[in-house]
Amino acid sequence: MRLEVSDVRVERGGRRVLDGLSFVLAPGNALIVTGPNGAGKSTLLRALAGLLPLAAGRIAIVGADHALPCREVAHYVGHADANKASLTANENLAFWAASLASQQGGRSALQPAEALASSGLQRLADLPVSVLSAGQRRRVALARLLVASRPIWLLDEPMTALDAASQTRLGDQMRRHLDQGGIIVAATHGTLDLSDARHLELRH
Amino acid sequence: MPNIANPTIFLSLVRRVLPWVTALTVALLLVGVYLIFFIAPPDYQQGESVKIMYLHVPAAWLSLFIYIVMSAAALGTLVWRHPLADAAQKAAAPLGAAFTFVCLATGSLWGKPMWGTWWVWDARLTSVLVLFLIYLALIALWEAIEEPGRAARAAAIMTLVGAVNLPIIKFSVDWWNTLHQPASVFRVGGPAIAASMLLPLLVMALAATLLFLTLHMMAIRNEILRRRLRRLTILAAEQSDAPAYAAAEPAR
Amino acid sequence: MGGALAAQFRRELKIARRSGGGASTGAVFFLVLAAIFPFAVGPDLNLLARIGPAILWIAVLLSTLLGLDRLFQADYEDGSLDVMLTGEMPLELIVLVKCAAHWLTTALPLVFVAPLFGLALAQDGAALVRVTLSLLVGTPALTLIGAIGAAATVSLRRGGLLIAVLVLPLTIPVLIFGVSAAGAGLADPVRFAAPFAILCALSLAALAGAPFAVAAALRYGGE
Repeated sequence: MRLEVSDVRVERGGRRVLDGLSFVLAPGNALIVTGPNGAGKSTLLRALAGLLPLAAGRIAIVGADHALPCREVAHYVGHADANKASLTANENLAFWAASLASQQGGRSALQPAEALASSGLQRLADLPVSVLSAGQRRRVALARLLVASRPIWLLDEPMTALDAASQTRLGDQMRRHLDQGGIIVAATHGTLDLSDARHLELRH
Repeated sequence: MPNIANPTIFLSLVRRVLPWVTALTVALLLVGVYLIFFIAPPDYQQGESVKIMYLHVPAAWLSLFIYIVMSAAALGTLVWRHPLADAAQKAAAPLGAAFTFVCLATGSLWGKPMWGTWWVWDARLTSVLVLFLIYLALIALWEAIEEPGRAARAAAIMTLVGAVNLPIIKFSVDWWNTLHQPASVFRVGGPAIAASMLLPLLVMALAATLLFLTLHMMAIRNEILRRRLRRLTILAAEQSDAPAYAAAEPAR
Repeated sequence: MGGALAAQFRRELKIARRSGGGASTGAVFFLVLAAIFPFAVGPDLNLLARIGPAILWIAVLLSTLLGLDRLFQADYEDGSLDVMLTGEMPLELIVLVKCAAHWLTTALPLVFVAPLFGLALAQDGAALVRVTLSLLVGTPALTLIGAIGAAATVSLRRGGLLIAVLVLPLTIPVLIFGVSAAGAGLADPVRFAAPFAILCALSLAALAGAPFAVAAALRYGGE
């Protein structure tokens, strides 16, 4: 299934943040979005996730059995971690696994414990998230990508707060996702090491 | 037919129309005052003080009418996301509160000679009091949320929920009132309204409606200007942050 | 989707249990509020017996309202709400589950504490039964209507007072019929049935309509 974005315009606070944006992503494609603060990177990801209304244009998933909104086939990992501090890492992921489990056929969904293990967090699995460091919380948030199988990953500054080892690990997971036919749209200030990824630079 | 929903076109429309509407309002008010004091008869029981009714009743009608206008604007905000609807909503709330307050105050003044106290908890006055509180709550909501679009959407939902609730509140207040005390009589002057009283009443109602229209147009205009000022301020902050982009900024 | 529903419900209960005192503070607030009234109106048991149901109802109303900003605030701030919107469950259903869990942990305890305090207000057995029933049936309406206010103000940090200001006028019908059912005459079945039925109707109407208003407000709040 392809992700088609045609002529999209998004306004926030009365201001046109995105205008006339178009691109098509096929399975295995990655799009890296760069630009200065306020250029609209987060806005684009939120619009793709269905969290913002479109002032014009459309975002469509083409090629599925029936019309699907992008948000039902996408993982959205924004700036916030979406972890509940009073729950353990395991409990957080178990909830998201149940909540995001799609009926599209869980291709490669991991159990929460396995997802935490593949992120190197197995020993912290049963600790409340409130005692984890910022980097560890970020990794728990990113482990969400593994507990429910969704073809599109929308990542907003995924590498923030991650140390070098975790960044490598995430890069591997992203490459694996692309190899399995997934699509990634990632916003970043720095660089993401994804060969033959397309680039989109947003300006004010 | 020009697209008056466009804020800029609306502003120029207001500039052209406002003087006429204001003049018409003043004229109607003058006619109304004349009718009240020189044509309308005093009540056989209450004397001249019954003439407070000519303020009280139109204010009551307006307080409900303005809520309907506000609800219509709220629908405009939610369905079409139109900034003009946002401004119309926001502008209507204080006006609604003001007319409702006039209704309550004149009701109290009118009733004091009859009741002996400044207030009775009869069904109608109490319902109007609740409406007043709802207006105040909406104004508080408008003030609390900084971003105008988000404030408009939140207020729109509360306005429409309130609109659905108003009949229920009216019904329950009526019920509550008959439960606790016999219905108090709030006669508008006899079993039938004589023509000499009806005409001033209608004129005052029309004048009050036009007064609202005038003030509403002015308030919407002010709100539009306020939002533009805010946007320009934000833009100025952005541009002074990134001097390298100032040259590449496309003309808006 | 049943799995997602159950998971959401379990999560809400877990968080409420571990959030350390949120729900129990509400119960304590109720007791403090109810206890203040006799200080204000005097210890005359006849008077207290007469206004007892009203005191209990007002205290429950305020305790419920002031606990509402916890309903959506945390999920909004830590980004959970955004991710929930990408889930399989429609937001309206998520809202219903959250309100149900909130009612269970915040309002239901009050329904049982209230009649206990009613004993201190010289309420007889029949009156206590009426108070409990009216609260049981009326508090869902309070939670659901309050949720609308909580959702409209979700983007505000200290929205508690504003929620109360927005929601209180809308809960007046529930209060009127609740108090009426709670204290209508002395064991008069006819005078109980009518307001009680209307109270049920109000809660059902809130159940049917509120989730849509709440979901709409939450979506707008996240934009």
